[in-house]
Amino acid sequence: MANDFEVPKLPTYLEIPKINEGIMAGNGPFKSVEEFQKPLGFPGEKVDNWQEVAINKMGELKSKYRSVQVFLDACVKCGACTDKCHYFLGSSDPKNMPVARQDLFRSVYRRHFTFAGKYFPKLVGAKELDDKMLDDWYNYFHQCSQCRRCSVFCPYGIDTAEISMAAREVLDAVGLGQKYCNQILGKAITIGNNLGLPEPALRDTLLDLEEEIEEETGVAVKYPLDVKGAEILLITPSADFFAEPHIDGLIGYGKVFHQDGVSWTMSSYASEGANFGMFIGSYDIMRKAALRIRKAALDLEVSRVMVGECGHAWRVAYSFWNTLSGVGAGADTTDKYALKLQNQLDSRYPQPQHIIEYTHDLIQRNKLKFDKSANDDKTVTFHDSCNVARATNMGGIPNGQFILPREVIKAVCNNFVDMERGTIMESTFCCGGGGGLLTDDLMEIRIKGAMPRMQALKEVEKTDAVDTLVAICAICKSQFSKVLPKFDFDPYMIMSAHQLVSEAIIMDKPQTDDSEAKVAEEATIEAE
Amino acid sequence: MSLVSIFFTALFYLSLVIFLVGMARKIYQYWVTPAPLKIPTAPTPLTQTGVVMRLAREVVLFESLFKSNKWTWLFGWLFHVGLLLVLIRHARYFWPGDLPEIFLLIQPFKYAAFAMVIGLFGLLGRRFVVERIRYISAPSDYLMLLLLLVIGVSGVVMTFTSNHTDVIMVKNFASGLLSFDWANLPTEIHFLVHIFLAFSLLAIFPISKLLHVPGIFFSPTRNQVDDSRKKRHISPWALKQEQEQEVRLNETLGKDE
Repeated sequence: MANDFEVPKLPTYLEIPKINEGIMAGNGPFKSVEEFQKPLGFPGEKVDNWQEVAINKMGELKSKYRSVQVFLDACVKCGACTDKCHYFLGSSDPKNMPVARQDLFRSVYRRHFTFAGKYFPKLVGAKELDDKMLDDWYNYFHQCSQCRRCSVFCPYGIDTAEISMAAREVLDAVGLGQKYCNQILGKAITIGNNLGLPEPALRDTLLDLEEEIEEETGVAVKYPLDVKGAEILLITPSADFFAEPHIDGLIGYGKVFHQDGVSWTMSSYASEGANFGMFIGSYDIMRKAALRIRKAALDLEVSRVMVGECGHAWRVAYSFWNTLSGVGAGADTTDKYALKLQNQLDSRYPQPQHIIEYTHDLIQRNKLKFDKSANDDKTVTFHDSCNVARATNMGGIPNGQFILPREVIKAVCNNFVDMERGTIMESTFCCGGGGGLLTDDLMEIRIKGAMPRMQALKEVEKTDAVDTLVAICAICKSQFSKVLPKFDFDPYMIMSAHQLVSEAIIMDKPQTDDSEAKVAEEATIEAE
Repeated sequence: MSLVSIFFTALFYLSLVIFLVGMARKIYQYWVTPAPLKIPTAPTPLTQTGVVMRLAREVVLFESLFKSNKWTWLFGWLFHVGLLLVLIRHARYFWPGDLPEIFLLIQPFKYAAFAMVIGLFGLLGRRFVVERIRYISAPSDYLMLLLLLVIGVSGVVMTFTSNHTDVIMVKNFASGLLSFDWANLPTEIHFLVHIFLAFSLLAIFPISKLLHVPGIFFSPTRNQVDDSRKKRHISPWALKQEQEQEVRLNETLGKDE
C-alpha cells in the first residue's frame, strides 16, 4: 500500500486531538471474494437485496445478544468514551470515537427498530442504511480492534467490541466480508491452523526446532505432536511455529515442560490457538474452530488443555470454550455433551490453563531454577494485551491476569519497570493490530493506533532506559515488530514472556541413565 | 373540575400508562434476550457478591464515569443525586392526608434542587463547549437536558422565590391522582409548565436514552460473574443449536474430515 500519511509524532504527554472529520475515510481493508466467503457460508458478493438482509440480520442479532440490544438503547452520549480509543487518539477521526463508531450502527437501529427513530429520525439522529452508510460501516468497523478499553470507562459498560462484531456479522451476511479474516478462517476450520500448515510441515518445523535447541543447549527438549495419552494438550497460536519473536516463546514453553518432566503434546488437527471467528462476530464459526480443540482433546485422551501466549485465543479459551465446546468445568449433571469431555479432564487444574499460570505455579513451588543475570542486559516493561487484560483472568485471584505475568517476568529478570498506570492493566492501550486488523492493507490505522502505546513506551525509555517490551499475544508481537521502527524503536525489542523464561531457565544436564531410572521408578510408583 | 385540570389529570394517566407499559415491555425484552457468552469487563468480580457490589458502586457512585472524566462525573452525579433527593421530597404532595413526622427530615431536600440544576447546566455546557461531545450530540440530547432544566428551574422558582404556588391545592391534586379522588390544580404558569414537562418526561422514558436506567442492570459487561472456567454458561438458543449441531454446523460450514 502506497498510502501517503504521516506517522504521528510522539508527544511528551498524550493529548486529546482536535477532531479531524474524514481523515480516515476510505474503502477499508481488502474485501473478501467468493472463494473465501463460500466455505464460511457467506454470500460471495454483495447481494441485491442487501438492505433487507442487513436489517433482518440486525433484528436477529439483537434478539440473540442482550449486549447488542441493551448497548444500543442505553447510551446517553455522555462522552466518557470519546477520548479512550487508541485509534481516535492516533488518527483524530471523530468516527473513531467509540460512541461515534457505535452510532453508525445505532442510528440505523433507531431508524428501523425504535418509535422515535421511525417517526422523528432527525430529532434522534436516526439514519437510513444507504450505500454511504454501508461503506462507512465497512471502513470504520475495520478500524476497531475490539480491545474493549472504551467499555472500562463507560458508565453502563457499553462495549464497542460487541457492536463492531455485530456490524461485521451483518456485513458478512450481505456478502461484504473482510479478506484477511475470512481467508484465514477458511484455513483454520479446514486444515486446523491459520497458516494452512499441514501435518507434515508442522512436524518438520518442530523437528528442526528440537535440533536447534539441542545444538544450543545440549538438552533434548522435545516438541511432541499427536501423542495419544499425553497429560497436557498445548494449543498455541500458529505464529509460534515460525514467526519472530513468537518462536522464542515456544522454545520457552518447551523448556518449562521439559524441566517439569510432564508429558505433553500438540495436535496437528487443532494446531491453532487463535480464533478469528470472534473477530467477525460469528458464534457458529468461532464454535466450529473451537470444536477442533474439543475433538483433539478427546482423541488424544489428554487430562489438561493448555493455551500458549495469544491474547484473543486466551479470551476465547478462558471465557468462551466452556460455553462453545465444554472445555472447562461445572457442567450440569444432565449436560452429557460437556460432561463427556469434563469427566476426562483433571479437575485439580483449571481448564483451560494459561501457559503463564502453569509456569507461575511451577515457580511458586520452586520447581524451576533461574539464572536471572542472563537477562541483566535488559530493562523490561510489560504490555498488557487487551484481550488478556480486559476479558480474562489468571490464577483465579482478582486481577490475576495482571499479577501473574508480572510475577513470572520478575522471577526471571532483575530489571522490570511498568509503564504509566493509565496505559496498563485494565486501562491498557491496544497494540493497534488486534481484532482482525493485522494486515498490510490496514497499515495506516495500525501505525496511528499504536501511537498511545508507543508514547507510554517512550516515556519509560526516557526515564528508566527500558529497552525490552514483553507481550503475551501473538498479534501484539507481530504488530510491534512492524510498528516499533516507525516510532524510532528497535523492532527487536519486542519479546515473548517465555523467551525471558527461556533465557534464564537453568536446564538439568542430560543424564540419560538417571532419567531413565527415574522414569522407571515413577512407573513403578504409578503401577502400585 | 376545570378544563385545564381535566387535561392534566388525563395527561398524567396517559403518561403513566405509557411509562409503565413501555418500561415493562423493555425490561421484559432485556430479561428474555440471552447473553450467550461471558463478557464481563475488567476489573471483574469473581463472585455474585462481587457483582452486586460492582453494580451498587456503578449506580450509587458512578464508578466507571469517575475513572473516565471528573467533570462529567461531577455534573452527572450532582444532577442525579439532586434529582433523587428532590423526587423523594415530592412524596409529600402525593401522600394522602397529614404527613408523618418523617417528612420533617426530608424537608431540607429542597436544596438539592440547586445541585440538580447546577449539574444540568454543567452537562449542557459540556455538550456545547467540548468539541467531541458536540460532535456526538443529536438534537434530542440537547432537548432532554433542556426539558430537565426547565422542570428543575421552574421547581426552584416556585420553591425559593415569591412565585409560590398553592401547595394545599397541589397536594389535593397530586394525592387525588393516586386515590382517584380528582381535584382542581393551581393554574400558575410555573406550575403548569413544571408538571406538563414532568408528565411528558414520564411518557418519553421508555422510548429514549433514559433506558439507561434499566439498561445498567442488564449490561452483561457489568452484571456477569467472572467464573467461565468453573461453570458452564450456555444460552437457550446455543444449547438448542448444540443439540442439533451435527446437522446444522456441518451443513453451513462443511463437514470435518
